[in-house]
Amino acid sequence: MTLVKNVTCPICGTLCDDLELEVEGNSIIDVRNACAISEAKFLNFNDPKHRNMKPLARKDGELIEVSLEEAIERSARILAEASYPILYGWSCTSCQAIRVGIELAEEVGGVIDNTSTVCHGPSILSIQNVGIPTCTLGQIRHRADLIVYWASDPYSAHPRHIERYTSFSDGRFQESEWEHYVARLRGILGKKRISRASARVLMHEISIPAITGLKLPPKFETKKRKLIVVDVRKTRSAEIADFFIQVEPNKDFELLQALRLLVKDEDLEVDKVGGVPVDLLEDVADTLISCNFGVFFFGVGLTMSAGKHQNIDAAIALTKDLNYRTKFAIIPMRGHFNVAGANIVSTWQTGYPFAVDFSHNYPRYNPGETSVVDILQRDETDASLIIASDPVSNFPRSAVQNLVKNPMIAIDPVISPTTIMADVVIPSAFVGIEAEGTAYRMDRVPLPMKKVVEPPKICLTDEEILQRILLQVRRIKQTGGKA
Amino acid sequence: MIMVKIKVILLTGRTIDQGTSKEHGKLSKEHEEKVAICEVDSSDLKKLAAKKDSNVKVSSRYGSVVVKAVESKRGPHPGIIYMPYGLWANMIVDPHTHGTGMPSFKGIPAELEAAPEECVMSIPLLLERTFGKKPK
Repeated sequence: MTLVKNVTCPICGTLCDDLELEVEGNSIIDVRNACAISEAKFLNFNDPKHRNMKPLARKDGELIEVSLEEAIERSARILAEASYPILYGWSCTSCQAIRVGIELAEEVGGVIDNTSTVCHGPSILSIQNVGIPTCTLGQIRHRADLIVYWASDPYSAHPRHIERYTSFSDGRFQESEWEHYVARLRGILGKKRISRASARVLMHEISIPAITGLKLPPKFETKKRKLIVVDVRKTRSAEIADFFIQVEPNKDFELLQALRLLVKDEDLEVDKVGGVPVDLLEDVADTLISCNFGVFFFGVGLTMSAGKHQNIDAAIALTKDLNYRTKFAIIPMRGHFNVAGANIVSTWQTGYPFAVDFSHNYPRYNPGETSVVDILQRDETDASLIIASDPVSNFPRSAVQNLVKNPMIAIDPVISPTTIMADVVIPSAFVGIEAEGTAYRMDRVPLPMKKVVEPPKICLTDEEILQRILLQVRRIKQTGGKA
Repeated sequence: MIMVKIKVILLTGRTIDQGTSKEHGKLSKEHEEKVAICEVDSSDLKKLAAKKDSNVKVSSRYGSVVVKAVESKRGPHPGIIYMPYGLWANMIVDPHTHGTGMPSFKGIPAELEAAPEECVMSIPLLLERTFGKKPK
């Protein structure tokens, strides 16, 4: 048995790089320091029930096994013959593979878009509009004394974020709040037990004090490291927080603008904003101003609801306003482990972070026009290559309708709704488990992904598969259609 | 029996169960059990006269889907329902991007009704019925 240390996790944008894997032969038998999602991935990635192990191609409506060479040839032909193909996915593969993908998109005159288009795409639009005052996660771990998760539930989507970088991390100048949280949790559980017993015996429940309310909790101001969660419902992360602010759906923009006014000592002539009492907002504004170093982490709750990039404009503007009074930073909670890398590689190769259109033989960028969901809704594409992603599950129905009716190539290690609807399936190696490469953390810090075990012989790396398709596309184009 | 329909706001998002179950395979029974659900506030369940873990139909102007109703542990949030990201939720989300590239996955007006007689479709069946293309 071998213990492989300092493995980077291929799940979310937190990119935890302290995992330890016990490897026996070519199998991972145990995982340490991982979250529930990461552990499930490392211990189940090679389950034959959901692993793509054969190259497949659709013939007479059925996906049947073909040789890898035939799958590559059919993929190259689909792309070479298409007039406006889309190349989509990229957030769960390495920067090295993304680089080849961009070359392929340019060669076939297609559109290359990554999953940020349905994730933090509006955040990028906003950052391009107004800039972003930001920092690395290490700075926050060591120095931040006020953490605000806005429209983000790290407990569910980035399970170790709080432990590694914010309230439960032990920084050089900031202590972990873990023990205080455990004590509070014990108190809440005790009260819940009493409440349940009371309900059985006395036929009425004793109410449990809520962490949300009309004013900040006692001793909140004197607490050293504070955690506030703003969301439309009381998420699991909200239960961990010192204070939870419940905003009405689609009202984040109003709430952020109200806080901007309060931070500037202006008065609001209403009683409530987004369902939150103004008196409470005044106290929250005081908390924001009085911290030494605060940070907003915002999730897709802002980018996916009404206002979209304008919500991010308001959040960044609030951060800028706060920087006149104290020190404040803002960071988007990036989802897939290399979605930030997809934006970065795309930017350094083409000038644009996502939704890049090569149909004019030079890169064009106009989200709303060149973004994949819009192209699909307008039914303009005639073929697609999907890599390391599952748009059939994740796109709206009308977009999927136009995706699956045209030839679709899927490169993926796992069986997904996208691979079973594809016309060509090429199995690949898992980046970060069976293939090495580079990925970017949510704060744009690049980290190496390790190869821990050997992939099955038929599963090449994404980079190698794309290079083979690119080579074949060039051959087809040079020979005028004859491979 | 007249089925009561209530107006709700639909939110979609991640859950830790959705995250872990997808690592057991997106076509697995476990994934379906964790994702083909709708978290409903207990007061809304009472309005529908729907039992916990019974099936409900969620409809928006973009389509409808049958999923299992689960009493929300994140309440109280009357008038708000929550579905984990996945094929079932995306049958009914708002595809309009308003020039940003991003559809609206949260804050979608929808209607909720009890559907005890209807079944939750598996992924292959839902794909074939919706898109008319036979999955593998």
